[in-house]
Amino acid sequence: MLPYIGRRLLATIPVMAVVAVVVFSLLRLAAGDPAAIIAGDNATSQDVAAIRARLGLDRPLVEQFAIWVGRVVRGDFGESFFFKKQVSELILDRVEPTLALSVCTLVLTIALAVPLGVLAAWKRGSWIDRAVMGFSVLGFSVPVFVIGYVLIYVFAIELAWLPVQGYQRIGDGVGGFLERLVLPSITLAVVFVALIARITRASVLEVLNADHVRTARAKGLGELPVLLRHVLRNAAVPIVTVIGIGIAVLIGGVVVTESVYGIPGLGRLTVDAVLARDYPTVQAVILVFSVVYVLINLLVDLSYTVLDPRIRY
Amino acid sequence: MARPANRSVLLGGAILGVVVAVGLLAPVLATSDPSVIDPAARNRKPGAERTVRGDDGRPRGVRHWMGTDSLGRDVYSRVVYGARVSLVVGVTVALVSAAAGLVIGLIAGYVRALDGVVMRVMDGLMAIPGILLAIGLVSLSRAGLRSVILAIVIPEVPRVVRLVRSLVLSIREEPYVEAAVALGARTPALLRRHVVPNTLAPLIVQATFVCASAILLEAILSFLGVGIPPETPTWGNIMAEGRALFRVFPHNILFPGIFLAVTVLAVNMLGDGLRDQLDPRVSRRL
Repeated sequence: MLPYIGRRLLATIPVMAVVAVVVFSLLRLAAGDPAAIIAGDNATSQDVAAIRARLGLDRPLVEQFAIWVGRVVRGDFGESFFFKKQVSELILDRVEPTLALSVCTLVLTIALAVPLGVLAAWKRGSWIDRAVMGFSVLGFSVPVFVIGYVLIYVFAIELAWLPVQGYQRIGDGVGGFLERLVLPSITLAVVFVALIARITRASVLEVLNADHVRTARAKGLGELPVLLRHVLRNAAVPIVTVIGIGIAVLIGGVVVTESVYGIPGLGRLTVDAVLARDYPTVQAVILVFSVVYVLINLLVDLSYTVLDPRIRY
Repeated sequence: MARPANRSVLLGGAILGVVVAVGLLAPVLATSDPSVIDPAARNRKPGAERTVRGDDGRPRGVRHWMGTDSLGRDVYSRVVYGARVSLVVGVTVALVSAAAGLVIGLIAGYVRALDGVVMRVMDGLMAIPGILLAIGLVSLSRAGLRSVILAIVIPEVPRVVRLVRSLVLSIREEPYVEAAVALGARTPALLRRHVVPNTLAPLIVQATFVCASAILLEAILSFLGVGIPPETPTWGNIMAEGRALFRVFPHNILFPGIFLAVTVLAVNMLGDGLRDQLDPRVSRRL
């Protein structure tokens, strides 16, 4: 087990290296001189040269990259062009809403998608199966922001059950916090439910025909224990894998959902930073999201040994 | 291939055919110029009718089937023209990604020395969530059709490369490839006559899904305000315009949203159907 974890960690190094090069290049390829942007409109050429030297922009590219990586590893993403603040502070300020939204969505998705997928497979060919499959094709096709606005229109404007937009920190009251997370989480969960329900159905269908399931039924076990203990357990590996891959969809959805609902999280920050051409912030957010994505998939890989004891490394 | 087309292909294809026709016939179907700003006709409800003076100076009635936006532009005409951008982006991204993915995938699958390097680069690109990479890339140059297409192609290519590479790796072990090598076929001819044709069916299916995801991604970028500027109407930027007054005039978001969803649904159905028909072994791209 330990050597496997070590090897798996080593394998993420080249991936993170490519991510780092791509993200670093974003700033370098961007039009305009970052030093001139930071210096502002009234700067003299000496000011710009001083900032240039301070940021190390006068050194060779490879050296700049090395310095940048060294800083990033220590959590120093530099100063935001637009917000005039340390990017790391900016990100820390915005983590809570994004984390809250993502966790709510993930919980909601798993609570809905896995039972739906199992049900669809168990009642294969029935109207439930067709409805779940139909929903999953639909979920892939309706854009997140359209779902968001339809939900706002129905539940916040017409029925006035929930607030239209906004976010409340969890410290300012759990009720208001949850109330404002309901619609965004449902919005974001639709595409994710579509994805997970589909893979759960496929994975469960494969296991349902296995010999050990027939044996379990033959010995008189009820359908529910059969499904939970013998089928779902064995179908878990592909489901968990797709949940891991789906985190990319979730992150993309977060960016859009936060814009629709006016949630001041990392997704909203990304869009604001791009609109303001604030490259250090854009870089940092992309890097943070990618690292999270890679780490979650690392955990998914490691979970295989727990989920399926036959997998030995 | 000889089997009759399945329902999914027919239905998806038919809907898509209608959308293509709408895009092509946009100048005929549109009731007004989609980019003309008319302060006198701002924020009309769907179905509102009013009189305008035509080019010949005579008054004629214009009905705003889908209302007007906050600048007085006719939403119906903008939606009709918006079909063009979505289709151009979808088809171009699908073709370019498929072509680039095919070439890179062939290299990775056939030139073993390069496989490791190429695939690590692809893994790295795939580690950046697609929407974020696209947003980062569009921020590099002036917003426009070309930069949006490029920004969507780059996150899509690695997925195609992965598919092609895995196909090539299994095809090169096939007896017919061995036979061709034994008969003295040179590598370019071998790739062209034996390897590439066998990657095409799954590649077409994949390209269809890339097309669907590209249409969605373009709409998302334009909706967020980092995609195609509002002079060129796209479903995404019509919705972006409608955001501010959404509570009062939901039609600006509703109509383009329906068109967008139906079009992407049609492309996805086409892809699902083609997959079942061309190659049942290929699993859906995630």
